[in-house]
Amino acid sequence: MSSSEVEELQQIADQDYQHGFFTDIEADEAPPGLNEEIIRFISAKKKEPEWLLEFRLKAYHRWLQLEEPSWQFVKYPPIDYQDIIYYSAPKSLEDGPKSLDEVDPELLRTYERLGIPLEEQKMLAGVAVDAVFDSVSVATTFKEELQKAGVIFCPISEAVQEHPELVQKYLGTVIPINDHFFAALNSAVFTDGTFVYVPKGVRCPMELSTYFRINAANTGQFERTLIVADEGSYVSYLEGCTAPMRDENQLHAANVELIAMKDAEIKYSTVQNWYPGDEEGRGGIYNFVTKRGICAGDNSKISWTQVETGSSITWKYPSVILRGDNSIGEFYSVALTKMKQQADTGTKMIHLGKNTRSTIISKGISAGRGQNVYRGEVRINPVADNARNYTQCDSMLLGDRCGAHTFPYIDVRNNTAQVEHEATTSKIGEDQIFYCQQRGISEEDAVSLIVNGFCKEVFRELPMEFAVEATKLLEISLEGSVG
Amino acid sequence: MLEIKELWAGVDGAPILKGLSLAVNAGEVHSIMGPNGSGKSTLAHVLAGKEEYEATAGSVQYLGQDLLEMAPEERACEGVFLAFQYPVSIPGVSNTYFLKAAINAKRKYNGDQEIDAFEFMQLVKDKSKALNIDTALLNRPVNDGFSGGEKKRNEIFQMAMLDPRLAIMDETDSGLDIDALKVVADGINSLRGNGRGFIVITHYQRLLNYIVPDYVHVLNDGKIVRSGGKELAEELEEKGYSWLTERDDAHGG
Repeated sequence: MSSSEVEELQQIADQDYQHGFFTDIEADEAPPGLNEEIIRFISAKKKEPEWLLEFRLKAYHRWLQLEEPSWQFVKYPPIDYQDIIYYSAPKSLEDGPKSLDEVDPELLRTYERLGIPLEEQKMLAGVAVDAVFDSVSVATTFKEELQKAGVIFCPISEAVQEHPELVQKYLGTVIPINDHFFAALNSAVFTDGTFVYVPKGVRCPMELSTYFRINAANTGQFERTLIVADEGSYVSYLEGCTAPMRDENQLHAANVELIAMKDAEIKYSTVQNWYPGDEEGRGGIYNFVTKRGICAGDNSKISWTQVETGSSITWKYPSVILRGDNSIGEFYSVALTKMKQQADTGTKMIHLGKNTRSTIISKGISAGRGQNVYRGEVRINPVADNARNYTQCDSMLLGDRCGAHTFPYIDVRNNTAQVEHEATTSKIGEDQIFYCQQRGISEEDAVSLIVNGFCKEVFRELPMEFAVEATKLLEISLEGSVG
Repeated sequence: MLEIKELWAGVDGAPILKGLSLAVNAGEVHSIMGPNGSGKSTLAHVLAGKEEYEATAGSVQYLGQDLLEMAPEERACEGVFLAFQYPVSIPGVSNTYFLKAAINAKRKYNGDQEIDAFEFMQLVKDKSKALNIDTALLNRPVNDGFSGGEKKRNEIFQMAMLDPRLAIMDETDSGLDIDALKVVADGINSLRGNGRGFIVITHYQRLLNYIVPDYVHVLNDGKIVRSGGKELAEELEEKGYSWLTERDDAHGG
């Protein structure tokens, strides 16, 4: 039998099974495991157009040939991809805790410290909430205002139905389906996420946040986000929230794509505080995320700001491809690892256009037995005349059982480039703490003062309210880390 | 205000102060002089409450309280101020922010309300003017990238802002050229009076040309071996320390 015959037979076999399978479309949950039928099932469940099914299938076949990367500086037991359920209808909250009494008291204490209202606490902890509170009306108000400006901001599943031409045009153009193992997996099975389109010349009238629609859509573990800023537009997008979120799914493999046209600017801010697991790191989230933006047009700008304090493993490199001339890429990051948390994070700045500029400011804080890695790549391509990069990565250690590591890759192929790299590692000094104490400041306040000073260059990039929350979050996260 | 009796203290079980006694009354300026390794900085750190310095015997009474029982920040809030020999930097934290945090910590300790922004800025303005401090210094991160002279001046400025009852100057003159030394000394002199006690630790007599002490004590091998008036400092300048320390060396050798 020739190979083409085998393929053909396989296809027929698949089709038969596929038809058989479709009769079961009323099921709420796919069986565990990943195969073509599962993908067809997901796509059919979501009533997706043919092209999207093709997109998913292509990604799936590519995924089969890819190997899970192993170069990262994080350790975790092997993941059984055939043991994951890739589709389940939004759960009625029956399986979750019935009341806050059943929720981890440690989690509730943190909510309280953050000043989160009771109803929101319930929502975050996955407790069934009887009445849908204010956020619906708030969301409606926002929606009207955005509509007036012509901004599209909706779940990506909705965008597939309402604006298929936009989604089809841009989906997978920044992160190709064959990019790498987890990106391909996401492309094959993504559940939902966010779609944003800002039309030409429009300055988005508000900060876009997923927070106020979090109860509307359970985006699940394979989140997909696509943000397109058309010529001369501006948008600021906030992802996540400071409250620690509980989730049954351990593996999170999100893909986020940003596209900035000529003269457009996208500011993407993240505060990530997924459940980090217990003292031993058990039960924490694996946050394996692919985030990439392209400065497609001249004079465009993409800025990533992230504050990563949660998850048992954080593994992501929000990157920018600087294709347009004079385009700007920025990456500001604070990553905190404590207990047994691990983070391997950083960025890639790929300079293709002329006079492109990139700035990387990374602040890693390690406490307890946390391991913190900065890994970054700056690539100046031969055609990228007069490109400039400035990188600063600083690590701070609290205690003597944690670790900080820096892996910078610099690849310059144009001799007009200016690339600067600065790195420091410091131990939060007993001398610094004593200095503060001698001026009357308590040890705990001294630690948060010193750490906030260390992170200042990143915090000032965050939108105001987010910065205040992030400062507080860091303070709470660091409690008891010293002394 | 301060009474140190037969104080033994050291690091890792090795004694550095060996039965030191000293009494400072309100409004007095005491100078502690002595050769390297005599225990001058140890005294400063023990009084401020640095963790690794452990007092093993003797007592320290401060305004009727057992100073050694108090946490470092409590001592600070009770009015003990240490001008560090090597002030550390705190990157990203501006001087004014830091000072505001310190003042508010003290106010909270005393059960007072936090200082309001206007009052604080007025205080900064007054004090920086009185001490001739460049206000540009105040917006920079605490001691970060400061020259030696700027650091010392900043210590004096902090002292003025925090208005302590007892100020300990740990070799504030070290590493300063003569102009910077004058500025620092002027600052200290302007803060004299009001019942404020000073312990001025120095290796060299020259600082005492500008800050005239009421008493001079010579510290050697962990205890005070000679006390006198300001003329003792001049004698030391002339003869060095050896005439006071030889006998001890003979014992130790």
